[in-house]
Amino acid sequence: MSLTARRARYVVKRLLQSIPIVIAIVVLNFFLLQLAEGDAVDVLAGEAGSATPEYMAELRAKFGLDQPLSIQLAVYLKNVMFLDLGYSFRHEMPVSELIADRVLPTVLLMVSTITIAVGFGVFLGLVAAMGLNTWRDTAISIFALITYATPLFWVGLMLIVVFSLNLGWFPTSGMENFAMFYEGWDRVWDIAHHLVLPTITLSLFYLALYTRLMRASMLEQAGQDYVTTARAKGVTENRIMFVHVLRNALLPVVTMAGVQVGALIGGSVIVESVFAWPGLGMLAFEALFSRDLNLLLGIFLLSALLVVAVNLVVDIVYSTLDPRIEVN
Amino acid sequence: MAFFKLFARNRGALIGLIILGVVTFLAATAHLFFPDDPFSLAGTPMSGPGQNGYLLGSDSLGRDVAAGIAHGAKTSLLIGLLATLVAVCVGIVMGALAGYHGGIIDNLLMRLTEMFQTIPSFIFAILLVAIMKPSIESIVIAIAVVSWPAVARLVRGEFLSLRNREFVQACHTLGMSDTRIILGEILPNCLSPVIVIGSLMVASAILIESGLAFLGLGDPNIMSWGFQIGAGRTLLRSAWWICTFPGIAILLTVLAINLVGEGINDALNPRLRERS
Repeated sequence: MSLTARRARYVVKRLLQSIPIVIAIVVLNFFLLQLAEGDAVDVLAGEAGSATPEYMAELRAKFGLDQPLSIQLAVYLKNVMFLDLGYSFRHEMPVSELIADRVLPTVLLMVSTITIAVGFGVFLGLVAAMGLNTWRDTAISIFALITYATPLFWVGLMLIVVFSLNLGWFPTSGMENFAMFYEGWDRVWDIAHHLVLPTITLSLFYLALYTRLMRASMLEQAGQDYVTTARAKGVTENRIMFVHVLRNALLPVVTMAGVQVGALIGGSVIVESVFAWPGLGMLAFEALFSRDLNLLLGIFLLSALLVVAVNLVVDIVYSTLDPRIEVN
Repeated sequence: MAFFKLFARNRGALIGLIILGVVTFLAATAHLFFPDDPFSLAGTPMSGPGQNGYLLGSDSLGRDVAAGIAHGAKTSLLIGLLATLVAVCVGIVMGALAGYHGGIIDNLLMRLTEMFQTIPSFIFAILLVAIMKPSIESIVIAIAVVSWPAVARLVRGEFLSLRNREFVQACHTLGMSDTRIILGEILPNCLSPVIVIGSLMVASAILIESGLAFLGLGDPNIMSWGFQIGAGRTLLRSAWWICTFPGIAILLTVLAINLVGEGINDALNPRLRERS
């Protein structure tokens, strides 16, 4: 079989593999909704102040809430397929619209975080591995150990105390300064300025993770036979490190970056609520406060699907980077 | 004793053990040194550290930050240990069944594990606590639900590699029941990695708990570090100490547990240590 045909088959196989997981997640979401006390009609009645039992029964019939569970599940599956995630009674808007409004800031935060965390993590891991057991290695290891143990929300608050309140270098919250009516590059600069502290906060934890991973990966690769071969051929040490070892050592870091996206979404709930960053995490925090379960479940579902999608993409990228994967 | 000697070779692990000992002491003696309810309004609000007899200051309602930290230590350790215990038990059962039986059981259980690993864990925990209403039980359940898959995978791998070994085959010929082979013969042989992963899980459980409490999902009747920070964040400008000290407590505790976990790992797998 040719390489492209094999790759296409692998991609199709991975796509098919993720379908049951997606369905399972949607079903889980449905049952979580059932677990919660009270349904949408109770919420509506609560909002209205009072409602007669007859009116509530009528509403239940209208929403299909009097149907057997299996039919409700089928309807829910169908709705989710058409991206209908229900209605948020607090915001008086469909959940999908609310989410769509908030996706962009979160994506912006996550992309900048992954870039910083992977970039610096790879760099620090490399420096640590190259100066094994020197003061540089020790300092980087201690730094990784400490950031790995620090709660994100606390780092965020401390950064605000130091850099916003005392030094006044960065804004404390929000994504842009609406009062200034910036346009064009001024607006981009303003958003970037607001982005600095949230990105540093969110990337610290992952920075620690990638640093440790990169260091371990470099050390593992440095002991492989191909390094000995390269050395025997007379390849310079620098070339061995930066061309041979570095490339191979990057592979686990790439996979890890994919695996960590789920955790990153969780972290963004905390970071966004600390910095009032108007993304999905902040929306989840607001939903939590107003007990808007429909909205919370919608965000949860979307983030789970996002993780499935990212894992898929990472696997495919990985297989192009390392053709050995497909054989197994 | 031999174990402790190996453990003590790792200086970081010793430091971790000392910090953890201090935190445990603080938790155990919280009701002696701070006999009052940590929620009680002890006196002058917004006192800085060292002012008005408050070692670490007081918050906007005059609650003692130091008392909160001492009582919060109890909460953190308790929830961290309980959640880990539940997660490890569930993980062992799942992993042992999957690894021992293989075939379709393995396939099904591993798909389930995979699904739970795919779901973003912190949001899942938030959701579970929000649905079950915040309480110690719901927080423990939520943390356990998001933590067991790692244990299950580990135990499954160990069982897969052990189930065809001679000593297990000998047990089969002796006519031992599956339950007895799983619990009495194979499990003791794979406990050391489980202990290591369990000790590290306590640290992440404490981090998750503090995050939940920070977002307002802590048990409303129990003082916790995350709650203190969440309550103090609006006063960041005027009273930095309310947020700062509980955060240092979390940092030190989690760091200590991670160090101890690594020390246990080194002590249980001495060959690994010599290799690196």
